[in-house]
Amino acid sequence: MQIPYLLSAIVLLPILAGAVMLFLPPKNRDLIYRFALGAAFVTFLLTLAVYFGFDAAGPQYQFIEDYAWLPALGISFKLGVDGISAPLVLLTGVVIFTGVIISQRIEDRVREFFAFLFILASGVFGVFVALDMFALFFFYEIAVFPMYLLIAMWGWKQTREYAAMKLTLYLFVGSVIALVGALAMYFASGLNTFDMTLLATANFSPAFQNLWFPFVFFGFAVLGGIFPFHNWSPVGHVAAPTAVSMFHAGVLMKLGAFAALRVGIMLLPIGAQTHMWWIILLTLVNVVYGAFIAMTQTDFKYMIGYSSVSHMGLVAMGFATLDYNGLVGASVQMVSHGVMTALFFAVVGMIYDQAHTREIPKLGGLMKIMPFAGVGFIIGGLVSMGMPGFSGFIAEFPIFMGLWAANYPWIAIISVVSIAVTAAYILRAVGQVFFGELPADLEGHMHDVKPSEKLAIGILCFIMIAIGIYPNVIMPMVQHGVNAVLALLGGA
Amino acid sequence: MFSSITADMLLAILPEIALLLLMVVVFVADLVLHGKKSPLPAWITIGGLGLTLLATIAFAQPGAQPQLLWGGMLRHDWLAFIFKVIFLFSALLVTLLSVGWQKLWYKGEYYILLLASTMGMTLMGASADLVMLFLAIETTSIPLYILAGFVTNDPKSNEAGFKYLLFGAVTTGIMLYGFSLLYGFAGTTNLYGIASGVAASGVPVPVMVGALLLVLVGFGFKVSMAPLHFWAPDVYEGSPTPITAFLSTASKAAGLAVLMRVMLAAFPSIQPEWQNVIAVGSALTMTIGNLIALSQHNIKRLLAYSSVAHAGYSLLAVAAASELGVLSVVYYLLVYTVTQIAAFAVVIVVSNVTGSDEIADFAGLHRRNPMLALALLLSFLSLAGIPPLGGFIAKVLAFSAAVQAGLIWLAVVGVLNSIVGLYYYLIVLKVAYLDEPKGEAVIAPSRPQAATLVVSIVLVLILGVVIAPWYNWAASGAGGLF
Repeated sequence: MQIPYLLSAIVLLPILAGAVMLFLPPKNRDLIYRFALGAAFVTFLLTLAVYFGFDAAGPQYQFIEDYAWLPALGISFKLGVDGISAPLVLLTGVVIFTGVIISQRIEDRVREFFAFLFILASGVFGVFVALDMFALFFFYEIAVFPMYLLIAMWGWKQTREYAAMKLTLYLFVGSVIALVGALAMYFASGLNTFDMTLLATANFSPAFQNLWFPFVFFGFAVLGGIFPFHNWSPVGHVAAPTAVSMFHAGVLMKLGAFAALRVGIMLLPIGAQTHMWWIILLTLVNVVYGAFIAMTQTDFKYMIGYSSVSHMGLVAMGFATLDYNGLVGASVQMVSHGVMTALFFAVVGMIYDQAHTREIPKLGGLMKIMPFAGVGFIIGGLVSMGMPGFSGFIAEFPIFMGLWAANYPWIAIISVVSIAVTAAYILRAVGQVFFGELPADLEGHMHDVKPSEKLAIGILCFIMIAIGIYPNVIMPMVQHGVNAVLALLGGA
Repeated sequence: MFSSITADMLLAILPEIALLLLMVVVFVADLVLHGKKSPLPAWITIGGLGLTLLATIAFAQPGAQPQLLWGGMLRHDWLAFIFKVIFLFSALLVTLLSVGWQKLWYKGEYYILLLASTMGMTLMGASADLVMLFLAIETTSIPLYILAGFVTNDPKSNEAGFKYLLFGAVTTGIMLYGFSLLYGFAGTTNLYGIASGVAASGVPVPVMVGALLLVLVGFGFKVSMAPLHFWAPDVYEGSPTPITAFLSTASKAAGLAVLMRVMLAAFPSIQPEWQNVIAVGSALTMTIGNLIALSQHNIKRLLAYSSVAHAGYSLLAVAAASELGVLSVVYYLLVYTVTQIAAFAVVIVVSNVTGSDEIADFAGLHRRNPMLALALLLSFLSLAGIPPLGGFIAKVLAFSAAVQAGLIWLAVVGVLNSIVGLYYYLIVLKVAYLDEPKGEAVIAPSRPQAATLVVSIVLVLILGVVIAPWYNWAASGAGGLF
């Protein structure tokens, strides 16, 4: 049974909740927090309904809704999910719910914080479910601008203004460049529609595709953190407040990768085939360079930030193979990395709130004090290393298979090195922070995490383990989506 | 002669007749008040403008076919009609903002001048003849010169009025010379006869381009197209703030209306040339406006340069010389008018309390009045072209027009410029949201100001979400020129 208006409810509920919040009495923190938690929980339930309602044997796009928006230009409010976006919708639902749970400590201007966070969430949902290119851009920009305020107002005082501005400008440059490409597609197709399911059949000429593919792909891939346009991202992660870091690394970066796939690769497949050989080299830099930089960091958040650059490089690399396994792996990696990074940032946030430092050498022995958070972090670490039995393995293994199949064996061999490096920095961080002796100056200042925070950690860990030991919970869906992409690429 | 006047002809100039009557009423009220300080002239103007707006929408709509009326002086078409609505609406909001503005707002002549200028604009939008056009432009401009210098005890306002007058007079003179050349080439002053007249007399292209450039000096001045933008910052900064809002919205819209009509009607023989001229002008205008805006400390100067940049974005769509282009300009101006008025409304409310127009004095606005800060946020984000606000749609439509016309380079210049714009808008928002407040005094809008803010912000949102009706409306306007 399908719930009617499910996708539009998912897209509109958060932004409406955010708008209502802006008019709640600012002094009443409890009311605002409960309202936010309730809205996040309902959203989470709706995304669960999408994920488990998706039929992996059904048509490519499901839960389709189509409303006329601007018929004169062929713009419609057309929504639908495929096997690649359905898990991402659930991911966003999970991150908004857990993000609100662990944001209890926000003190300053609570209602604005949650209002902007929810507006951001609407933008993210909108991009994942949009089947209309205009709607996609509309929501893409809605997803970006609240980041500025969220980081600038509630972020880490020392770098927040710089980080927020840098992030916003980087992402908007990407978005408007992609917009020009999208408009070029619209006029070149002659179909008078922004419907991407129709534009995919437009048969753009190879010259056109080769010209415009880099504009569209890189315009979005900036948000995916692709080298050399990645350096807004660690700076932004570090400056952002915890829930925003979770959202940013966990979901927003996927937004970039996903849009690059949906608009770039799916609408301009010949362009993708022409350009991918050099893009894959850039992603190799992401993967290896990101891992090495992460190893040299002593700031906990910078380490995770650069690890995200490395892991998102794997996503882009998987897409760039244009191979079945590569695409499947990249799609699972988006979910796996999203959950994992959200967990990392959540735990780091919990530690920072009490210890007031993120310097790894200044921490230690936290396992005894907050065992639940410690175990959660270790599970995240295992996912990050690609350990079998966890979601990271299910994601990364097919990516490397895809690299071999697409005749990039050397790329595969070099990028496997990054896994060893990842293991090194993760294990070092775990050993330093959670084991060893508690530094004297933290004695008596540290307490166990709250039960609600344990719930958040539990949900995130559960997903990573579930995918790891029972991949079928996600695989058929993703394979279903990838097959449709491959059909556009002329394969399968 | 009067026997030939038909109902159609009268209905076509219904707004002008109403405005003239309104001026007389305000004048008489002012006489009766005999120097007493009273809000009466303001409220008469507000009520009268509201009624005029409603009556215009109800009775003065043109038919499906454009009509040349009053001996070919005026063209009654949808473009003219839409612009009349924009001017009247903008005048209405500006009058609301004027209520309570410093110590001058009770003076009757202020409203009479504002109404006279509005009447000039409504005529500009409909003029189909060079003579009529010139008279309309002068009717618009002369009251604005006085209004810019209205605060006689403020040297900055005096400077603004005088500067505006001098530059305005010179550029109008040059434009008039261009008009005389056109008349010489074509043997007619009617805009819709010029093209065939020029074709018949076989005027060489370079000579036509010369005439074009002369005419563009006058229009470029009105819309603040680079390199004729230099007056805008000084005049905007010195003028009474409600007048600044009026100058940057209605007056600019009037200039663009005239520009589009004259280019498309009178210069089809050199369309590629004028497209190029406008395209280069557009690129220069938005780049200069945005780059200089980066270094401004005064909010009125910042909005002045930003308004120069926005003139550049709308010219980008004019350069497309297509139906989509004209339509985009109309949509752009609809959005821009309400957005800019909302932004100026916030400026007026804040400077009423702080007594300053410095950006630094917006510090902590969010802690002093969150709703006002929200209005600033929404209006500035709309100016920056961010969804779900009107500015986003306007931006996308304008860039679409450029891409459709093959002006990809111009679209790229435009999108890069929009990033520069985003930067300085965010800086102001940062000050309002992040910096610590400098004073304790409550910043609260008066009722008319609050009404203006609510109306304009709601419209900014509606224009950004419910696109189709406005788009179709703008499309019917664009149809009037093709």
